[in-house]
Amino acid sequence: MIQLDGIHHTYRGGNGPVHALRGVDLRVQRGEVFGVIGRSGAGKSSLVRTINLLNRPDQGRVWVDGQDLTALNAAGLRRARHGIGMVFQHFNLLSSRTVFDNVALPLELAGLSRREIRERVQPLLELVGLGALGERYPAQISGGQKQRVGIARALASRPQVLLSDEATSALDPETTRSILALLQQINRELGLTVVLITHQMQVIKQVAHRVAVMDAGQIVEQGETLQVFSAPQHETTRSLLDDVVPQELPAPVLERVRALLGRPGQAPASLLRLVFAGSSGEQPLLADLVRRFGVDLNIVHGQIDEVQGHPFGTLAVLARGAHEQVQAAIGHLRGAGVLVQELPSTEVAHA
Amino acid sequence: MLDQLSAWFPPALIDLFITSFWETLVMVGISGALGALIGIPLGVSLRLTDRGGVLESAAFNRTVGGLVNAVRSTPFIILLVAIIPFTRLLTGSSIGTAAAVVPLTLAAAPFVARLVEASLREVDSGLIEAAQAMGATVPQIVFKVLLPEAVPGIVAGLTITLVSLTGYSAMAGAIGGGGLGDLGIRYGYQRFLPEVMLAVVLLLIVFVQAVQSLGDWFVRRLSHK
Repeated sequence: MIQLDGIHHTYRGGNGPVHALRGVDLRVQRGEVFGVIGRSGAGKSSLVRTINLLNRPDQGRVWVDGQDLTALNAAGLRRARHGIGMVFQHFNLLSSRTVFDNVALPLELAGLSRREIRERVQPLLELVGLGALGERYPAQISGGQKQRVGIARALASRPQVLLSDEATSALDPETTRSILALLQQINRELGLTVVLITHQMQVIKQVAHRVAVMDAGQIVEQGETLQVFSAPQHETTRSLLDDVVPQELPAPVLERVRALLGRPGQAPASLLRLVFAGSSGEQPLLADLVRRFGVDLNIVHGQIDEVQGHPFGTLAVLARGAHEQVQAAIGHLRGAGVLVQELPSTEVAHA
Repeated sequence: MLDQLSAWFPPALIDLFITSFWETLVMVGISGALGALIGIPLGVSLRLTDRGGVLESAAFNRTVGGLVNAVRSTPFIILLVAIIPFTRLLTGSSIGTAAAVVPLTLAAAPFVARLVEASLREVDSGLIEAAQAMGATVPQIVFKVLLPEAVPGIVAGLTITLVSLTGYSAMAGAIGGGGLGDLGIRYGYQRFLPEVMLAVVLLLIVFVQAVQSLGDWFVRRLSHK
């Protein structure tokens, strides 16, 4: 649906040129929610603006729905943009227009008649849950409602693609969830391809089917969200993931683990980090370890969450038992699809 | 008290007040309207061609901007006499109320242009970006986004312009333009009638106050921020 080939973009600012995009290739499938995450300054905003050519790249090609946008003239590009909706972090609603007229704007620009506009806008307002607020002005509604107007406006021209530029970054967590749920609903019900960029892993976790991680103008890692979450390869991904899935044990937990390990007269213990991703949350795995392998378990830290509707999480457990038993237990866990990392107790003790 | 008042302001003088007030209204009203008609497009063109504007053009912006600055830095009394040949070409005469409208308009237009440019700059660039993302043409950006969003600022600017023009119109007496300022100079100053001068000033204060209040009221009504 969307294809970017070898995109380079450089801004010429007052403080010298900034090479914002350094050879980005991207493929987004029809009907998927594709997330792009990165720290601020990583180039995500430049990237999403390249898709509708608000940013014209110095080098590279942009294909949307089989059309090479970079090859279009001004009129052709304007027509193509009717097929690409965009939602912004600061909503960008016209303060001089009512909610209804804001949603009507893209239709006015496309030259629809008053009657057609009326027929299209009201159902959109209903869709985003603002059916009764059409006559209000943006200054009279909340941030979450403003973003709903922004989404309704982006959908007005019946686009194939919806670009979301940090659409939830200015909203509180509760509102963020409801806006993301709305985007998900739109993706499902209208079959829209959604590209959303964000610096919040929470957002990716909730809605993105696939994710690309950006750093310093390049995509450093991409794949199925669950897979990227359970086995992050790049340093940036790991550090971004720390917000939702801690990769390392917090210092106070380590303290406690050391204290537990240091107790004399006990069976040797191994500190294991278990990553549950996918369906492995359904079996009584931990009970198995105790019952079948006679391994004592002490859960020291953990977090279980949901990514894309699949259980996902990590547990740090202190497993006590004979070496062979612990190894057999690890084998059993791996067999059930759990990712097991063994943290040597010596390392923990000296960490 | 009343006797004293009617002694100061005989019916003939009252008539003169009415005529002068009318002349002021005509000069300020017409030059304000014409100044807006020229100044608003000028202000829009300055904004569009500015750095980061949708029709960025340093050459156009510098040329028009320089012209606007040149007219704005010419003292009005000098502008008034300097363009007399041009005024005569347009109105057929270099004296009278109609003749005064020409230099007043010429002074108002660049003033309006800068005020309009400033209020257009207040419009969040994100709105222009959003309009571009919707596939808006440049005229659509101007008429559907920029101008409607800037209307409160533009009305506030036009109010300032009308007040300034009221001040300038007092100098139009130099070319026989008439108006309240002229009345104050000729009767109050040259004929030593301080009560006439005081009445003129009071009338102008009330007039400017009314224009400003009306302008503020419009701005409040038009703004939905």
